[in-house]
Amino acid sequence: MTPRRILLGAAGAVVVVGVLEAVSRSGLVDETSLPPASTVLKEAGKLAVDREFLVDVGATVREWLLGLLLAVLAAVPLGVLLGSVPLLGTASRALVELCRPVPSVALIPLATLLFSSPAQTNMSLIFYACLWPILVNTLYALRDVDPVAKDTLRAFGSSTPAVLWRVSLPSAAPFIATGVRIAASVALVVLISTELLVGGDNGIGIYLTETQQGGGRTDLMLAGACWAGVLGLLANTALIALERVAFRWHAARVEGIA
Amino acid sequence: MLEISGLGHAYGTHRVLEGIDLKVGEGELVTIVGPSGCGKSTLLRCIAGLVPPTEGKVVLKGAPIDGVPDDLAVVFQDYSRSLLPWLTVRDNVALPLRRRGLGKAERRAQAVKALASVGLEDAAGKYPWQLSGGMQQRVSIARALAYKPTLMLMDEPFGSVDAQTREDLEDLVLQVHRAEGMTILLVTHDIDESVYLGDRVVVLARNPGRVRDELPVTLPAGRDQIGTRADAEFVRLRAEVGRLVRGVVKDSEPPDATDAEDADAEAVATAVEEPAKK
Repeated sequence: MTPRRILLGAAGAVVVVGVLEAVSRSGLVDETSLPPASTVLKEAGKLAVDREFLVDVGATVREWLLGLLLAVLAAVPLGVLLGSVPLLGTASRALVELCRPVPSVALIPLATLLFSSPAQTNMSLIFYACLWPILVNTLYALRDVDPVAKDTLRAFGSSTPAVLWRVSLPSAAPFIATGVRIAASVALVVLISTELLVGGDNGIGIYLTETQQGGGRTDLMLAGACWAGVLGLLANTALIALERVAFRWHAARVEGIA
Repeated sequence: MLEISGLGHAYGTHRVLEGIDLKVGEGELVTIVGPSGCGKSTLLRCIAGLVPPTEGKVVLKGAPIDGVPDDLAVVFQDYSRSLLPWLTVRDNVALPLRRRGLGKAERRAQAVKALASVGLEDAAGKYPWQLSGGMQQRVSIARALAYKPTLMLMDEPFGSVDAQTREDLEDLVLQVHRAEGMTILLVTHDIDESVYLGDRVVVLARNPGRVRDELPVTLPAGRDQIGTRADAEFVRLRAEVGRLVRGVVKDSEPPDATDAEDADAEAVATAVEEPAKK
């Protein structure tokens, strides 16, 4: 990112905050339903050092990462298997396409029946939501591996597993990583939704519910929501940075073609 | 050392190759030339063991080919797709040497040596996509050389580089052929190239692909781009091969074969085919 782009991005955010502030202060909307942006930001600042809120954030982050990790561990090997054995790939296709569009939240009742603790319920739903983007990206990436690259290694006498390990997997890796990044943002949405609906002890979603009890504090709720957004932004930025470092060859190639 | 007898291949009902008989002797450089869609690439893939032929057989050093033979290297036209972009140039060249049971240090040392023999020792630490097209194809050739195959197959190796680079690479092939005494089978659509490089030129006809004729190249072994191409014998051979290749296209035949296998590899080839027939 160039300084110019950072500056422009910051300017955009400042303008939006300013408009929200003006709308609220001018009395266009009720100040209790849309508190001024400055109040929300001030509360968000206080939350950053609020021990109870940090416990909530910690719980959310832990379930988020664990659910995502489980999904990666299951989806990548499964995708490699289905993507490299044409028979299995074809046989599973209809099932994958059927299960993929089922929204995770639709499975909340089932998950609450199956799992006793809210943490397990949350993680199982994240697992389900993350499985599909990662699985589908892995599948398609393996199917799209350049046949010339595979033939080259085969012509040098490499066995099928060696070609998979040396050519197919490295060449699919950037697309698998993109699948993981998409899954990470889906997971956060699913997790906070289930926290709101299922409840539990700790979590950002639980905090948001608590702000609405006994009168309701919209400013606190929005401050909490801000932090959820920051978490999503941080995860996305970190994963993009990681992809850039790990798959420099991919970026160089794509930019070269474009 | 290589004996092909009665080789034929069909994709479904579409016959690509029929009754190919071809012998290549130890240390020979044989070029195969033919019109677009004559199944040149399929023939090479059959020899490489990448595609099992539907009839006939290929015998390499007395052993029938079933699967990919041990001592064989292929240089593809599409260097940018054949080199692995996540590996450095040196590691690309060293990769096939894993099969030779060498340690990492030994593999790398041999890779650097092979790179030096194609004039690319300075590029060892770079990535393929940081090099020009001609340099990338040099890397592919170095990869084949490092493997020390008894037979090197080259599938339109210079179809995607500019004319100047093409001449340099042609001379590089002649040089390694002389220096290593390697047996080379090179497929091309370029008539001049087939005569310039070959000890012998095999002309293929198409629909289905079959051997039309073979011509021994009666030019001295030491060849150079300016002198050889002006030689009366070269001009005579070029005209002869040209007649044989062009004789294939009759009015009754479709302008272009629908050989799916070759269509991809020869898309670029057809683009540069016209100037080659000057």
